[in-house]
Amino acid sequence: MSSARITCCENLTCKSLCKRVNFSLLKVRHQTVYRDMMSDNNDPYNNWEKTKKAVGYVTREKAVQADYDRVGFRAGLEVHQQLKTKKKLFCNCPAGLYNQHDDFDAEIIRHMRPTLSELGEYDGTALMEFKTRKTIIYRIKNETACTYDIDDTPPFPMNREALEIALEISLLCRLNIVGEVHITRKQYLDGSIPTGFQRTAILGVEGEIPLRNKTIRLIQLSIEEDSCREVSDIGHVRTYQTDRLGMPLIETVTYPDFVNPEEVREGAEYIRFLNRSTGKVFTGIGSGREDVNVSCRGGTRVEIKGVAHNKWIPELTHNEVFRQWSLLRIRDLLQKKGIHAGKWKISHQELGRGFGFTHEPLVRARSEGDKVMAVNLPGFKGILSHFTQPGKMFADEVSGRLKVIACIEKPNMTHTETWEPEVSRDHWERIGRFLKAEEDDAQIILWGKEEDIPTALETVEERCKWAFEGVPNESRKSFEDGTTVFERVLPGPDRMYPDTDSEPIPLDDDYIEKLRKNLPIDVCERYTQLRDWHVPEDTYVYLLKNNLVPLIERINKELGIDTRFAGTLLGHHLKHIEGQEKSLEEFRYEKIFELLAYLKNNHIEPDLAKKMLPVIVSHPRMDMASVLTTIKFKKVSRDDIINRIPFLLKKFEEIGISSDPEARAGWIMGELRRFALGNMPLAELRQTVEDYSRKRKKETSPSSRQ
Amino acid sequence: MSEDIFQGYKGKALEVLKKFNARVWGQVEIDTTRGLFHGTILPRAENDDDRHIVLKIKTGYNIGIDIDTVKNIKELGYKKAKYQIPEKEFPYSDDKPNVKLLGTGGTIASRLDYRTGAVIPAFSPGELYGAVPELADICNITTEKLFAVFSENMGPAQYIALSRAIGKEIEKGIDGIIIGHGTDTLHHTAAALTFMVQDLPVPIVLVGSQRSSDRPSSDAALNLMHAAYAAGHSDIAEVLVCMFGPTSDEYGFLHRGTRVRKMHSSYRSTFRTLGDIPLAKVTKNSVTLLKKSYNQRRRDRKVTILPYFEEKVSIVYYYPNMQPDIIDSLVENGYRGIVIAGTGLGHVNKPLYPAIERAVAKNVAVYMTVQTLWGYVHMYVYDTGRDLLAKGVIPAANMLPEVAYIKLGWALGQTDDLKKVKEIMLAPINDDITEREPYNGYLVYQGGVPEVEEFIRKFRK
Repeated sequence: MSSARITCCENLTCKSLCKRVNFSLLKVRHQTVYRDMMSDNNDPYNNWEKTKKAVGYVTREKAVQADYDRVGFRAGLEVHQQLKTKKKLFCNCPAGLYNQHDDFDAEIIRHMRPTLSELGEYDGTALMEFKTRKTIIYRIKNETACTYDIDDTPPFPMNREALEIALEISLLCRLNIVGEVHITRKQYLDGSIPTGFQRTAILGVEGEIPLRNKTIRLIQLSIEEDSCREVSDIGHVRTYQTDRLGMPLIETVTYPDFVNPEEVREGAEYIRFLNRSTGKVFTGIGSGREDVNVSCRGGTRVEIKGVAHNKWIPELTHNEVFRQWSLLRIRDLLQKKGIHAGKWKISHQELGRGFGFTHEPLVRARSEGDKVMAVNLPGFKGILSHFTQPGKMFADEVSGRLKVIACIEKPNMTHTETWEPEVSRDHWERIGRFLKAEEDDAQIILWGKEEDIPTALETVEERCKWAFEGVPNESRKSFEDGTTVFERVLPGPDRMYPDTDSEPIPLDDDYIEKLRKNLPIDVCERYTQLRDWHVPEDTYVYLLKNNLVPLIERINKELGIDTRFAGTLLGHHLKHIEGQEKSLEEFRYEKIFELLAYLKNNHIEPDLAKKMLPVIVSHPRMDMASVLTTIKFKKVSRDDIINRIPFLLKKFEEIGISSDPEARAGWIMGELRRFALGNMPLAELRQTVEDYSRKRKKETSPSSRQ
Repeated sequence: MSEDIFQGYKGKALEVLKKFNARVWGQVEIDTTRGLFHGTILPRAENDDDRHIVLKIKTGYNIGIDIDTVKNIKELGYKKAKYQIPEKEFPYSDDKPNVKLLGTGGTIASRLDYRTGAVIPAFSPGELYGAVPELADICNITTEKLFAVFSENMGPAQYIALSRAIGKEIEKGIDGIIIGHGTDTLHHTAAALTFMVQDLPVPIVLVGSQRSSDRPSSDAALNLMHAAYAAGHSDIAEVLVCMFGPTSDEYGFLHRGTRVRKMHSSYRSTFRTLGDIPLAKVTKNSVTLLKKSYNQRRRDRKVTILPYFEEKVSIVYYYPNMQPDIIDSLVENGYRGIVIAGTGLGHVNKPLYPAIERAVAKNVAVYMTVQTLWGYVHMYVYDTGRDLLAKGVIPAANMLPEVAYIKLGWALGQTDDLKKVKEIMLAPINDDITEREPYNGYLVYQGGVPEVEEFIRKFRK
């Protein structure tokens, strides 16, 4: 351990370290003399850095395809999209109405128990969730949830409006459409749905979407009811609100065909654009959510759940693939140590009052009457502090599971390899003797309510045993910083069960063909259209995200306005204004058509639209004439404008800054734009100015004077 | 007979399966005009059409394939599902009461029935322990499956068999009995057992579930735990119905078998005591009495079994403009007892009078109850009532119509003498008729009233 790094925070090494590591962790580092007692090799932080290097972790900015090929990056997507219907999927509550989390009329308590799947198996997640013994509280607002939502009334027939939208999207995804829709129950024991299962049905299998450089295959598309929104999850109590529950949702599932993080994002965007191209889906916050499945070579499918923004996908998938790669290295390290996985087990002892701790969470735990346990992990020295994610180590994997499975809030443990010592070295030595630990072992101290301790110990052992196998099947929750934390064991097909409350719905050929005839144009064709129109490429995401290409088409067709102009007006100007102006009420893109139509009818040049846009966005209800007054527009005839050119030419010469004809034309345009905008095309004016300018030059040139 | 390899398929769908040599549980690739589909062929529910083949695809979902689109089916493998609740031997401990669970076919534990596509019950102590291990913390349980019928198929024969089985168990020294039962007619059976099994030394607890136990949010497990506690530990030696108090997973009620009724088609808290308050609240480890007087548990093994029932009894639910031939046809068909659920205080219209007279003349017992469910029959208030009394209609006080029906069947099963029948009918048994109605015996609050809303927000429904 370099003492310089600890003793002086002005030291350069230390500063650069600040940038790399979580600041709060570092703050503590300065206060200690811990590392003086340890050799470089034994210092947990050094070990973390060393293992990070050994894993071959690179930041995403520096990563190239070869890095992803090296670790065998594979990813697939499950894209969720709410459908814009008036009512929920299996009841007649309004869809798309939201309440504040503390605005409710009643609360209901439920507990979930695992049940058998259709094929007679218990699902792994189900058993885990049962172990957690959660009390689930549902908050109900009468206007947004009914007795169906809280599972006190059987389902009503499936909302046909929703089914039709979902089928349109299935056709756009080139899926093989099923002959009969079978409603299936997919178990969710986390309580996010009061029945304990989600009613869901497959509409099509085996489709595809085209990306820029490749085609991504789709496994299936299903229609399902949306789940509750979580209010809180503390200890053994999880609270949900039921407003979103039951809204129609589709889930598009791809094969794991993506080979790098950016590609995953591109796929997610494409599916989002495709869904939005129907104009029949919700577009607000939370209306589209992604689950991303990631694995590395030799790893396991891990699901990152509920990614709300596509822009987070690259960082999350990047980190996940390296987390798995790290877990595989941990497996190899353990194998090298020659530990027999089958016989490996933890040992533990309760730490009585004789152990006086100063670590704040431990002091608090003691004062709250928690049981404090010391656990020995044979052969795990150097494993707990092994790199897993930026700022995270293997011990965090254990802690994450303690929170979810044993319901012990974080911080719920400390251990021998924290970056900063939380328990004194003396204590660790005593604990080591108490546990009869050996040199190569690591120790954990965990605490919690007495009734949670057996599950906690089981959880620690279970997670550590997984380390011998590599990557456990998990669902993980994402954070904005690109890291993830354990959410639950990944469910398999064993959680499916036919819904005995619902009849199958046949889909005959006539109906499917009728839908096929009225489909919107494919997103990939929209790309081609935009390119052909020479609309700048940086507008594509905005235009497709908001499904504006049909509007451009209409503007062109009905008003005869150039597609490139319309595309730029929307994709540059409007986008810019939307980022700046605060709209008092919802702005509708339809307003742009009205605006351009108004200009055309009043023989005003469409250029003026750019000046009118900010006013229209912030005051969508203002009539167009008033908008013109607001921007102080005056009608001036074309001749009036042109007649000012000779005067301005002379004026420019008088000021005489430059003799450059470009500058001259530019200056005159600047003077005239204000009058000209809306009264004549600016390009035409420029041409006229240049013509005059040339003529004037001839008049004033020496030869002509002679 | 060999096993049915085309379970549930019929007509055209069956032809298609046969044509391509495909069978149920076969893992297949189906080529259709809509593309390729892979999966396992599942049995089809009997009442579904013959136009589709059901396939479980590898993601676990089921889909249907339209047979008209099928070009080819290739069987690639075969795997039959075995549906079994993990069986574990029910542990026995000396310090816990012994409880018998008699099964009639409720959905405490259930499994999927491919024939109907609905759930059918599965039941054994081992399965039960596998599904609800917490039961072992409450009592020692043994089970006996008396019949496997849905609640709506329960009738006099089952009531009699049940009462005899209860008698036998009590003789053998059981500490309490649970009866697993579908919920639709749970209150009919509860009334029947109250009349047929009298002077009980131990609790008889009827229990069911409003959500089948194949659902994670089922009320079955908790109801069963409540029932097990009530049967094993409570001091109330009566026929009780044990079901959810609120719709939340919080506590159950123990209702008297004679005053309880199913009041909502699907709510968990569907059973309510009418015209009185429930006897007690019950949780996994406590019984809290709400009423003070009840029949206490005894150590002796004495019990009176009165297994009688006359099946020719009916309930007539009166409606405006009911025609007299409704009554006449019952009489002509040999009915010996009629319970009328009359309007208001117990009324029917005048055109029915002659038919009622004819019935009484033919020695048919006619009793009046109220379709308002709450309140007493009171036939002196209006002329109509007095007329009916004069014609021989006997008011049944505040007996619930369903209870009156069961009681009349039970009474007529014992004697033809209508005088004796009347004595039996009007002698209260375990509060089937109460002397008084407490003010809190009728509480149907209406939502929207601020005070009520405040209450609901504060106390879980």
